[in-house]
Amino acid sequence: MIIYGVALLSTCLVIGMLIGQVIGAALGIDANVGGVGIAMLLLVLASNSVRFRPLSSGAAAQGIAFWSAMYIPIVVAMAAQQNVAAAASGGLLALVAGVAAVVVSFLLVPVISRIGNSEAASEQRGDAQ
Amino acid sequence: MIDLIESVFLRNSLVVAFAVIGVTIWFSYFLADKLTAGRLHGSAIAIALGLLAAYWGGTVTGGSKGVADITLLGGIGLMGGGMLRDFAIVSTAFGVHLSELKKAGLAGVVSIFAGVIVSFVVGAAVAVAFGYTDPIAITTIGAGAVTYIVGPVTGEAIGASGEMITLSVAAGLVKSILVMIGTPLVARSIGLNNPQSAMVFGGLMGTTSGVAAGLAATDPKLVPYGAMTATFYTGVGCLLGPSVLFFAVSALF
Repeated sequence: MIIYGVALLSTCLVIGMLIGQVIGAALGIDANVGGVGIAMLLLVLASNSVRFRPLSSGAAAQGIAFWSAMYIPIVVAMAAQQNVAAAASGGLLALVAGVAAVVVSFLLVPVISRIGNSEAASEQRGDAQ
Repeated sequence: MIDLIESVFLRNSLVVAFAVIGVTIWFSYFLADKLTAGRLHGSAIAIALGLLAAYWGGTVTGGSKGVADITLLGGIGLMGGGMLRDFAIVSTAFGVHLSELKKAGLAGVVSIFAGVIVSFVVGAAVAVAFGYTDPIAITTIGAGAVTYIVGPVTGEAIGASGEMITLSVAAGLVKSILVMIGTPLVARSIGLNNPQSAMVFGGLMGTTSGVAAGLAATDPKLVPYGAMTATFYTGVGCLLGPSVLFFAVSALF
């Protein structure tokens, strides 16, 4: 049943959001800390586990795959409701601050990825030994 | 007659949004195919068209929700709003292997903290370069360069003026929009072509909407990895902004 997959996905999201909200409250901030990320981890765990196989295979999988395929259209709708007018009228300071932050962050992607890779490589060497 | 159309559109707003977005995407893939011979991804064009429409919607209505403030297109607000966006993001994790996540786990965590601190420092430095000397103003603008949520959260916590908060939101919006448009253009040169670098990318950029759209336009297979780290970023930013980062700025100025 398609709804089983949709229900599994929904349950993961709700549990993740609850945990994220609790983490936020524990840190004393009114924000959801990583709720979506935790929900994604739950879905990864569930879809890799034998116990949840009936909820994540066959027709049930189509219920998850449908939303996954709707991702790009939803992102386009999200883009269409950004406050672009405010960004454009923020003046030079906002423009420079935003652009500079993005450029520096882009430049750091290969640097920090390398940290991860060298560690993964040394782990593999460790395994070989 | 107009009333009749309006009432049908209003009552079926989400369904209208599905149709409008569907047509937009069809048109974008048509343009990508005919004009750029597939060099530019159809979804990148669709996102750019969405942003253009949002600009137009914002100028016409004076509202803050882009095209969703236009009455007949209100359903786009629901379709692209937080609930369905998060639902669709989580669904992309289906089929992800745990081993890929473990491999980049540490780099992912490092990237979140590095991303928040680096964006903050860059934003704060720009504020100083523009002549600001008040630690509250510098911190608020720096926090805005983190994301447009961290900016106002931090600004309100440390008592920034409304003008500063608006400025920080604008800086965050510029960042988010630039990540949406810029990611597919720089993806190759920053090595953004595997799950590990996508996780680092998500942690460094942090703007959930920027990362979500930027990766969608680059390679949809990378979306779950980037989105997973990006969702922790705003929380970490809200935590560090009004505390450690504000204290650091106060000590310096």
